Amino acid sequence: MVQYVTRLDTSFAALSDATRRGVLEQLGRADASITDLAEKFDMTLTGMKKHVGVLEQAGLVTTKKIGRVRTCQLGPRRLEEETAWLERYRRRWDERFDALDKVVEELSRKEKSNERKNRR
Amino acid sequence: MNARIEGKPSAVKNRTTVERKSDREVVVTRTINGPARIVFEAFTKAELFKRWWVPKSMGMTLLSCELDARVGGKYRLVFDHDPEPAAFFGTYVEVKPYSRLAWTNDEGGEGGSVTTVTFEEKGGKTLVVLRESYPSKEALDAAGTGAADAMVETFDQLDELLVALGESSGQ
Repeated sequence: MVQYVTRLDTSFAALSDATRRGVLEQLGRADASITDLAEKFDMTLTGMKKHVGVLEQAGLVTTKKIGRVRTCQLGPRRLEEETAWLERYRRRWDERFDALDKVVEELSRKEKSNERKNRR
Repeated sequence: MNARIEGKPSAVKNRTTVERKSDREVVVTRTINGPARIVFEAFTKAELFKRWWVPKSMGMTLLSCELDARVGGKYRLVFDHDPEPAAFFGTYVEVKPYSRLAWTNDEGGEGGSVTTVTFEEKGGKTLVVLRESYPSKEALDAAGTGAADAMVETFDQLDELLVALGESSGQ
């Protein structure tokens, strides 16, 4: 549990940067080398290496060195954890608000029918 | 830090959105089909509140519910829980009829979260914005992982998150 929470923190921190989110989107379309990514995001190789390092540490990205080229790809399982966290939270509230909607609609209907009765 | 997720829109039902605004804050929004006055009552009157706060699908039973919705007033909810009942309690810190409500969540001891709700009426419907602020990011993470409600992740959700992340990064 504690371990899970710590991992989640690392992921959310990794996701807090616009470039890193962009890198994830990019890798969602196709694997890419660090050089490709640096070019796409108009960034130095060193800068991009740092970003990829953060994503890799959070488990959101995995890298593989083939020859002299380091290729990056999504670590998909981890991003799903973040999605699951939000989705769980959302579902809980969605269920609550569905129930609230019913209560409010019932009360509104009652008020309206009382108004009609009073006018008679 | 602007991860956001939205439910799929549907013809009959309003959409609930959840947005993690920061390390310590989550914001939930939902439009309710009714005037703010009635929605506010459903939040502050125990006999109404207990009809919706714990929907059946949550698998929990509310044993008692006391709400004293005045500034400084207390609330206390007791749930049926094994091995012994679980109580959730706190104090109302803001009560502004039909527009704003805030309470502390003190069951976890010192430094619990604060829940702030605003009600905004438009065309007979009410936009409810509920903000939960936690004292630390650890507390917020733990809140979302409680209960045995593990679910099957789908690529749909992964797509939704990526789209939302794309929107929030402004690219």
